[in-house]
Amino acid sequence: MGFLDKFKLGRLKEGLAKTHESLFGKVQKILFGKTKIDDELIENLEEILIAGDVGVATAATIIENIRKRVKQDRYENPAELDGLLRDEIQKLLVNGSTSLNDPFTLPSNNKPHVVMIVGVNGVGKTTTIGKLAYNYKTAGKKVVIAAADTFRAAANEQLEIWARRAGVEIIRQAHGADPGAVAFDALKSAVAQNADLMIIDTAGRLHTKVNLMEELKKIKRVLQKIVADAPHEVLLVLDASTGQNAIQQVKHFTAAVGVTGLVLTKLDGTAKGGVVLGISNELNIPVKFIGVGEKIDDLQPFDRTAFVEALFEKQS
Amino acid sequence: MFEDLSQKLELVFKKLRGQGKITEANIAESLREVRRVLLDADVNYKVVKQFIDDVQKRAVGQEVLQSITPGQLIVKIIYDELVKLMGTTHAEIMYATMPPTVIMVAGLQGSGKTTFCAKLANHLKSKGRYPILVAADVHRPAAIDQLEMLGKQIQVPVIAERGRAALQIAEGSIEQARKAARDVVIIDTAGRLHVDEEMMHEVEAIKSIVNPSEILFVVDSMTGQDAVNTAKAFHDRLDFNGVVLTKLDGDTRGGAALSIRAVVNKPIKFIGVGEKLDALEIFHPDRMATRILGMGDIVTFVEKAQSQFDAQKAQKIEEKLRKSEFTFEDFLDQLREIKKMGSIQQLMSMVPGLNKIPINASVDDKALVRVEAIIQSMTAEERRKPAIINGMRRRRIANGSGTSIQEVNKVLKQFGEMQKMMKTFSKGKMPKMFQGMRIPN
Repeated sequence: MGFLDKFKLGRLKEGLAKTHESLFGKVQKILFGKTKIDDELIENLEEILIAGDVGVATAATIIENIRKRVKQDRYENPAELDGLLRDEIQKLLVNGSTSLNDPFTLPSNNKPHVVMIVGVNGVGKTTTIGKLAYNYKTAGKKVVIAAADTFRAAANEQLEIWARRAGVEIIRQAHGADPGAVAFDALKSAVAQNADLMIIDTAGRLHTKVNLMEELKKIKRVLQKIVADAPHEVLLVLDASTGQNAIQQVKHFTAAVGVTGLVLTKLDGTAKGGVVLGISNELNIPVKFIGVGEKIDDLQPFDRTAFVEALFEKQS
Repeated sequence: MFEDLSQKLELVFKKLRGQGKITEANIAESLREVRRVLLDADVNYKVVKQFIDDVQKRAVGQEVLQSITPGQLIVKIIYDELVKLMGTTHAEIMYATMPPTVIMVAGLQGSGKTTFCAKLANHLKSKGRYPILVAADVHRPAAIDQLEMLGKQIQVPVIAERGRAALQIAEGSIEQARKAARDVVIIDTAGRLHVDEEMMHEVEAIKSIVNPSEILFVVDSMTGQDAVNTAKAFHDRLDFNGVVLTKLDGDTRGGAALSIRAVVNKPIKFIGVGEKLDALEIFHPDRMATRILGMGDIVTFVEKAQSQFDAQKAQKIEEKLRKSEFTFEDFLDQLREIKKMGSIQQLMSMVPGLNKIPINASVDDKALVRVEAIIQSMTAEERRKPAIINGMRRRRIANGSGTSIQEVNKVLKQFGEMQKMMKTFSKGKMPKMFQGMRIPN
């Protein structure tokens, strides 16, 4: 139970319990009293998936696979559908490369390891950075935060409070400064200090804004002037309550700066974050971390087994 | 914003238009497509079901079969149902009979409450009201700083009392507003999850203490199926009077608009359409439905143009056109007027036909900025008499504006063409392309 305590699987389950009650709790409900797997039952399953933001196309894929297996392996007992569904969902999820036993380690060849955080407005980028910084710091790493969201009013101040909570250094300039310049100075300083990790906060931007996406590319180019292969990681932060637009977000941000992983936030609400199934399946981008609360330690590495498990966990 | 939905629906109806007669079977097929479109747009699945049922009831039967253009009729039915679903008229802010009017703003984290508060204050100010903002989000780090900074930008006072509880801040704010002779109090509350008991209690307590005449629920237009759950939970607790949809300047299809309206039966009052503090619009369900169906939103466009474009200036330009002395100065004025009207993309999306241009081929606002820079790098003389701009001057202008000589040349050439065209107009002639289209006597 070592790592369960460490990463508070209980909390994840607690957070996801609401999801379970409103989504997969329904699976149990529709199965109840059924003696045969029929079309109606499978259609109901599809509806449940759609209600969980899985999306029409991905839901159809899952249902198609289930139909095939039911036919092929002659499943007859509706109770078995629950297991099939879990199985199919898990199959769609790409497992993150994060080591679950030791999620906050860094590749030793990068010093500093440069992580850029991007996303649309209001998804929780700044909060995520605070939590990441805290976790890496706790794991004994020297962390520097670059405050390159110079656009939103008081973004600097917000990030500074998180940096103080995490006990890490933050490099910032005045509101309205060039974000590329902030990133450049911060990385120079991080290199000089021999930091292990630098996390760059960027302003929230809608993926359809041409200028702002160009600005993001520029930040990346500027970083590469100091560290040729930076950023080593580009994390796109997604709000779990986002619907199908999340797919557009991932596509556009990936085209601009090459997203390497997702952070799924606000999983402590009733939203299911089901859209990550489609993203994982279609675009092959893994979820790396999940946010399950507002406290500084409410960040966990993503584990698809635990994730699906928690989705289906029976809540008393 | 709803282009995708419009495009897809258009495809569906193209199929229908091609057929002489409509059978029950092909209505059903089209409606299956519509269902998929609506689900892809994040409209709640229950709402979709209801919607499809309603449309089907109206579509199947004599009404459509006897119609000469069945495709159009179905479009009309879907349009009507969409309008019905989003509310038939647009709703205004409720003002208190005794000032100050208290407006409370609530919603989930990251939905855009603080930005909306500032936009609303700005909007009310432009309508001749005297708003005051109250920073009652004591939970998110630096939320108070953010509201203060935004207040400064729009020159609206902000009540910011650090270290006090949200309830106390809200309670004291009304008296402070009265003393400062402010007639609208806008209270920004902390973002909260609808399942957070403690936080929901707090917002309920604020409501009971300030007795607002208007409670607005702010929701991100990119929200998926969960929109109905949060809207319902907030509605059960606060009984809000209106909804604000934010971030509609992206490419989200905004199905949440339909779902929320259907589930809580409260009007959507405003939409947020950009990061600038004037990027707030009043929600018009009929226009939104028009827009969904790809007919363009010509009414919003015209209204916007009217309110922003200074009539006097327009007259002056017209006079100049008549005397054919249109200069770069006037050109610059016009450019700025266009910019005031919002982003080009936003304007384009409202014009029928233009909204069919794919997003990737979008016009960049940056281009305008560059043209502006080029003109600003010209001397007053050059702006009046562009003919004197020789090679050396071009180089200087290019350097001064941070552009290239090629770009300067392009602007000069375009300007020359504009002048030429205007001369033709002013002489009372028809432009070339219309010549030869004479009506035979």
